[in-house]
Amino acid sequence: MSEVLSHDPTVALECRGLEKYLGEGASQVHVLRGVDLQLKRGEVVAIVGPSGCGKSTLLYLLGLLDRQDGGHIIVSGEEAPLDQDGVHTRMRCRNIGFVFQFHFLLPEFSALENVILPMRKLGVLSAKEMKDRAQSLLDEVGLGEKSMRLPSQLSGGEQQRVAIARSLANKPHVLLADEPTGNLDIKNSIRIFDLLTKVARENDQATLVVTHNPDLAQRCDRILKMEDGLIVSEERLNDAR
Amino acid sequence: MSLGGIAFGVGFFIVTLAQVSGFEEFFIQTILGTDGAVRIEDRFQSTLASVRSNSPFADNRSQRKYIEGVENPDEIIEALTAVPNVAGTSVVLKDSASIDSPLRSSRIQVYGIIASDHIGVSQLEGQIRMGSIQRFQETPTGIIIGAKVADRIKAHVGDSVIIRVGDQQNRYRVSGIFETGVSDIDKVRVFMHLGQARSLFKKPHGVSFIQVSLFDRDRAREDAETIENITSHIASAWQDREKSWLEVFRAFKITGSIMVSTIILISGLGMFNTLAMIVMEKTREIAILRSMGYTRQDISNVFLWQGAVVLVVGTILGFLLGAAITYGISSVPLRIRGIFSTDNFVVNWSIMHYVYAGVTASIIVMLSSLLPARRAARLVPGDVIRGTSS
Repeated sequence: MSEVLSHDPTVALECRGLEKYLGEGASQVHVLRGVDLQLKRGEVVAIVGPSGCGKSTLLYLLGLLDRQDGGHIIVSGEEAPLDQDGVHTRMRCRNIGFVFQFHFLLPEFSALENVILPMRKLGVLSAKEMKDRAQSLLDEVGLGEKSMRLPSQLSGGEQQRVAIARSLANKPHVLLADEPTGNLDIKNSIRIFDLLTKVARENDQATLVVTHNPDLAQRCDRILKMEDGLIVSEERLNDAR
Repeated sequence: MSLGGIAFGVGFFIVTLAQVSGFEEFFIQTILGTDGAVRIEDRFQSTLASVRSNSPFADNRSQRKYIEGVENPDEIIEALTAVPNVAGTSVVLKDSASIDSPLRSSRIQVYGIIASDHIGVSQLEGQIRMGSIQRFQETPTGIIIGAKVADRIKAHVGDSVIIRVGDQQNRYRVSGIFETGVSDIDKVRVFMHLGQARSLFKKPHGVSFIQVSLFDRDRAREDAETIENITSHIASAWQDREKSWLEVFRAFKITGSIMVSTIILISGLGMFNTLAMIVMEKTREIAILRSMGYTRQDISNVFLWQGAVVLVVGTILGFLLGAAITYGISSVPLRIRGIFSTDNFVVNWSIMHYVYAGVTASIIVMLSSLLPARRAARLVPGDVIRGTSS
């Protein structure tokens, strides 16, 4: 099975022949029709396409948040087995960071505590190390002074920046972002997007961003266009990689 | 709300058990203190039919021939030394008579006893309300009469009364008046010295029964069976003699426990609702935690911990509440006469009541939190996030 997949250490995320159906019976929809994709470390790739073409479904499958009906997914050299939730959970914890359209911060916890949450699950760092790292990530996204604030005491852009800090907490190899600026104004959108791409390149992370915004897509290394469950075209913007 | 419900449920569970078992224990103490743990009476002989049906499954009791009373009590008492649980014995000669005072007469049952033996197998000494056991022992013609007998014939300590059996009549001095609280006893029973009873009833040999006290009252049934086998006399344990009343107490205990369990159950349902609502409200947060790498078990544990905290805090509060109410009601005035005698609510302090209440609460609370916890753990993060984002 895995001979069809790459063992190239520069590849952070790869999928082959990814299939996904949604619904049942007569209302069943073939959302993904055999998608092939490869993301290298440090590469920022945008997926664009009309609503319902399968962008978000692809993203959730690649993030092991959902189960594919066919095909293979390999993250940092490890193939994700079908039907093994425990393995998927472990792989997510170690290798994958998410940023969603909504920040999805836990409202009862401060910004700092929200950033600590993934580290606490990974269980590698001591309490002090986790706190220090969370603080430095919040410094990096420009929120060092507001680390003790609850999400409700932050603006929309600030909340999304905390979510980015949280996604980077465990130094994942892959960062998946679903419309990360979809809920923000233009100024904040550019700021968040630039932050995302900057930290990804600095940390050598593969970043896959689903976006409807063509201007933001132009800031990525590659743009993949999806239509009707397939990647129909690819545009390279940065030849450095 | 769930916490308060669990605390109240556990508290009232304990109070109910404490007072029902308190009355039951008091009743048991009364019957043991009055009629003893085991009573040895009529001798039996196996008939030819019972000898023939030698099968271990045959009920030979129905084929026995009975001879009233205990002809050789000394032999029986000697044989009882083989039963290590036997604490004391008292021979009793029992017969009917009538008692006359200058004002009124009444039908009675005379119990001829050896006082020193009988106080070792009963609480007669403590049941004497007026007069004393010493006065009885020092007075050869002394009698101790039941409170209702005394009431009926208007007799007091020191009064002289006549006890009549057919043409025979003797004069006796009231040395004491006792009250067991059991009406059927207090209105007919009169104790006199065994020698006096033999003379009154013209029964120079044998006794009606032997009253036996035990070190471990709960072994009475097994000991009664052993005694029957050793002595060939009917031996009845207190549990069988008072079976109907004990069944009533058992029924009360079960009914009470079911009623108070309902409080815990309703609190458990409340808790189930609360947790189920939390799961519904927190689906996004659950999905986010799952996306970070938190396992299904981690998510489940959050809700189980919530249940465990409610359980522990609620149970501790319930224990304190139960103990406080139990203590409070033990001084509530309540006059009961009939099956026992008390002027206050009777409670029984037992660690087992707290154990039962804790176990009941644990089962209900853990079931109440397990279902929402499992539901939370089953959530598929992709579905939840996609549903929210779209």
